[in-house]
Amino acid sequence: MNHLPQTIQVQINGQVKTLMVRQAELFLDTLRNAGLTGAKPGCKNGDCGSCTILVDHIPIQACQLFSMEVMDKNIMTIEGLIDQTVQKAFEEKWALQCGYCTPGYILNAYALLQHHPNADEETMKQWLDSNICRCTGYQEIIDAVTLLIDRNEYHEHHS
Amino acid sequence: MKQPFTYIGKDIKRIDLAEKAQGKVRYTDDTNIAGMLHAKLHTSTEAHANITEIDISKAWEIAGVHAIITGEDFPFPVGPMLADRPPLAIEKTRYYGEPIAIVVADTEQQAKRAAEQIQVTYEPLPIIQSPREAMKKDAITIHENLGSYKVQVEGVHAVPGTNIANHTKIRKGDIEQGWQQSEVMVESSFSFSPADHAALEPRVARVEILPNGKVMVTTSTQGPFYVKKLLSEFFQIDAGNIMVHTPFVGGAFGGKGTVQLEFLAYLASRATGGKLVRIANSREEDMVTSPVHIGLEATVKLGARSDGTLTAAHYEFLFDGGAYSDMGAGMSKAAAVDCTGPYKLEHVSCDSYCMYTNHPYATSFRGFGHPELTFVMERMMDLLAKKLNLDPIQLRLNNLIKPGDTTPTQVHLNASNIGDVRACLQQVKKSIQWDEGQRTKTTDGKIRTKGVAAFWKTSSTPSNATAGVLLTFNTDGSVNLNCAAVEIGQGTKTVLAQILAEKLQLDMNKIHVTIEVNTMYDPHQWKTVASSTTYLAGRAVIAAADDAIRQLLQIGSVALKCLPDDLAVGNGRIYLRDSPEYFIPIKDVATGYKYPNGNTVGGLIIGKGSHVVRHLTPIDPETGFGKPGPQWTVGAQAVEVEYDPTDCTYRILQAATALDAGKVINPIAARSQMRGGMYLGLSWASRETFVFDDQGKVLNPQFRTYDTLRLSEIPTYKVDFIETPLIDGPYGARGIGEYGVIGMAGALANSLSHAADAELTELPLIPELIWKTIKGEV
Ligand code: FES
Ligand code: FES
Repeated sequence: MNHLPQTIQVQINGQVKTLMVRQAELFLDTLRNAGLTGAKPGCKNGDCGSCTILVDHIPIQACQLFSMEVMDKNIMTIEGLIDQTVQKAFEEKWALQCGYCTPGYILNAYALLQHHPNADEETMKQWLDSNICRCTGYQEIIDAVTLLIDRNEYHEHHS
Repeated sequence: MKQPFTYIGKDIKRIDLAEKAQGKVRYTDDTNIAGMLHAKLHTSTEAHANITEIDISKAWEIAGVHAIITGEDFPFPVGPMLADRPPLAIEKTRYYGEPIAIVVADTEQQAKRAAEQIQVTYEPLPIIQSPREAMKKDAITIHENLGSYKVQVEGVHAVPGTNIANHTKIRKGDIEQGWQQSEVMVESSFSFSPADHAALEPRVARVEILPNGKVMVTTSTQGPFYVKKLLSEFFQIDAGNIMVHTPFVGGAFGGKGTVQLEFLAYLASRATGGKLVRIANSREEDMVTSPVHIGLEATVKLGARSDGTLTAAHYEFLFDGGAYSDMGAGMSKAAAVDCTGPYKLEHVSCDSYCMYTNHPYATSFRGFGHPELTFVMERMMDLLAKKLNLDPIQLRLNNLIKPGDTTPTQVHLNASNIGDVRACLQQVKKSIQWDEGQRTKTTDGKIRTKGVAAFWKTSSTPSNATAGVLLTFNTDGSVNLNCAAVEIGQGTKTVLAQILAEKLQLDMNKIHVTIEVNTMYDPHQWKTVASSTTYLAGRAVIAAADDAIRQLLQIGSVALKCLPDDLAVGNGRIYLRDSPEYFIPIKDVATGYKYPNGNTVGGLIIGKGSHVVRHLTPIDPETGFGKPGPQWTVGAQAVEVEYDPTDCTYRILQAATALDAGKVINPIAARSQMRGGMYLGLSWASRETFVFDDQGKVLNPQFRTYDTLRLSEIPTYKVDFIETPLIDGPYGARGIGEYGVIGMAGALANSLSHAADAELTELPLIPELIWKTIKGEV
């Protein structure tokens, strides 16, 4: 087995980075080792969504990617979400308690709004169901995302 | 009308909202320190077996390994209530997933690979999978040396030679007389298996031992001072040499109120000559190796007059505490002292046991024995209502406890120490539209039903539980609030800041709260559990603020040339009561008042305050007589379901809570706490459980197979508060943090039993259980 680290190039939050990774390294670990700890390990099994990032604008669980797979891809983490609209809605609706699940939800919600700015309730719930929050009871998270849809936050500029 | 309060009772924004929404908050494992070593566990593959050999030779062959530690390296049992658990299994293993060895290596991958190379030889023993089996006379004893374990807290009664880790007895009134007065009786048994807290942040700890002997701990815990206490006791380290740092905590629900990984990280660091070592649970370890949510088997007999007045009750609780007692011993006691729920009962007997089994061991779970006892008692109330053909809410209203009555441990209740459960039940009746029908049919053949539960809980804190607060001032007149309450998501630090803002009449953004906790700088606090923080730390804030105000008035009187009594503090100023335009800003005196000629008087203003629970007593071992907590928070909950009789599936449509909060300090925060609790209770009751195979192995230690209620499945939540002030609570507030969870299982089970016309006595309430109950197969 070859365990020697290899070099990958990847664009993270708008910056091209060259990173040394083990062949079997999870991209979640790579990100966190690089100081981007907004993506959280909750299960490392693709079940909880707390490690959600955007890969070429698609929300993906970083624990389900090998670092070798993201070569030349365009990655966005919570640290790179400069547009504060979703964060503000989560603040406004108190859509968090311990906050551990929050970055994952925010990126998932952001991607949802990019792809479906007028998402109906079913679509919204389908998307958000891939994340787990153990603290809030989910109502506030639904409220925050509903608020963004109702305010038509992303519609005009993106469709 | 003028509002009596400026900050109390207001929807003040959580102080950590923005940081958390930005993903900027650092939890324990978000810090990567160069040179840090990583520990991984080798855990047991057997639920009960003698360990005949541990071969670590292959593990040493893996590159990067620094140390391998086994039970022999620390062959002494630890534990919060009864010291019965070796941090690493020694001689035998008692549950699947139990830590057997730690490997410390340069990287986590190396540690993991090496841990996998460890070979353990087992000699299997009979496995006990239920507390009732554990109680059998001929059951194998899981702890042969039970009699030699050190009792850590008063009131734990293990029975050597058996599998009883704790036995709590309640004997109130004369149970025989109670049965004689009974015209109807109902009796039933209930059960559920252990489940998990499943906080989203897995447990993690780091320890470094400095050359000067200082032990530096960073950990995700609800009890930084508790970690310090137990490390000091079990490893004989002077408490002053232990520093525990707790950054933000990613959820806990009681599961981080005990000590486990910290012991292991300490052993790992010690074995490497004090190097910084990190140990982080995988989700699987967090679910099975670390402590879990307790299971229960219970049998209850309830007697009443034909008009529904309760006359007598007998409870037998057999808690499935798993392999070690941990806080399970405390939960079995907490369930006993409140066994009746919020009902008046003169004749009560209860035998509550924490049983050893070969399941993962249990620790506190939000509600500390109360979601469990309430499920049982509230099902009993519905069974009784059915037998008497009475409306379930009416039966409850007829029996509610009130000032003047006594609790099972014979505490006299008064208008302060118990809230108004009647008002809660009336409110919930309205919220769930009870009078529109408890059971209706929809046009597509589904059945909609409603179920209720009433509940209460006292804190069951140690009789010396305490909290402290230190206030220091900045040169801009703002205040730093230091307190060891842990922010686990509940918003506690916001609430404490509000109390301080009210006392000092100071703007919230002039109050700086240290969210992280460090036992070196923060005053001692018991733990952040038992819904006790608003009470304990809230009172400490008030005391510290009074202390600071006294000093401010004193220095103000010098500066303003008057008596302290002439002055008041508010808006960042010390001002003359009768002419507020005559004032001095706090910033000009907080670090000493300087006369125009340069002379300075005063010095730093430092406010200190603490609070300790008072007049609590251990309970009598024979009768339970004693005072287990300062007050009882009460509430009522209701659930409406839509049930499909064709396949026994259902949707939870509505869930309502009415809670007597004493005084709601922050309405939004309180409502979100309630909703979160309701979610947790419904998730547990409707689907959460460990599934064991016949070898005691947990088959579903992952979120993929350990099902939780998801976002698309939640009901409409309704939350209301009643406010009956607790006289010695901060501004009248009672503890509320755990309460949302307590009645949910009972209310959901009542609703579904009604829908399916089958008496459901087990959890979780999955369609298969309903189907089996209907067929009489349970
Ligand atoms: S950590 Fe990636 S989905 Fe849970
Ligand atoms: S806020 Fe704690 S898990 Fe969502």
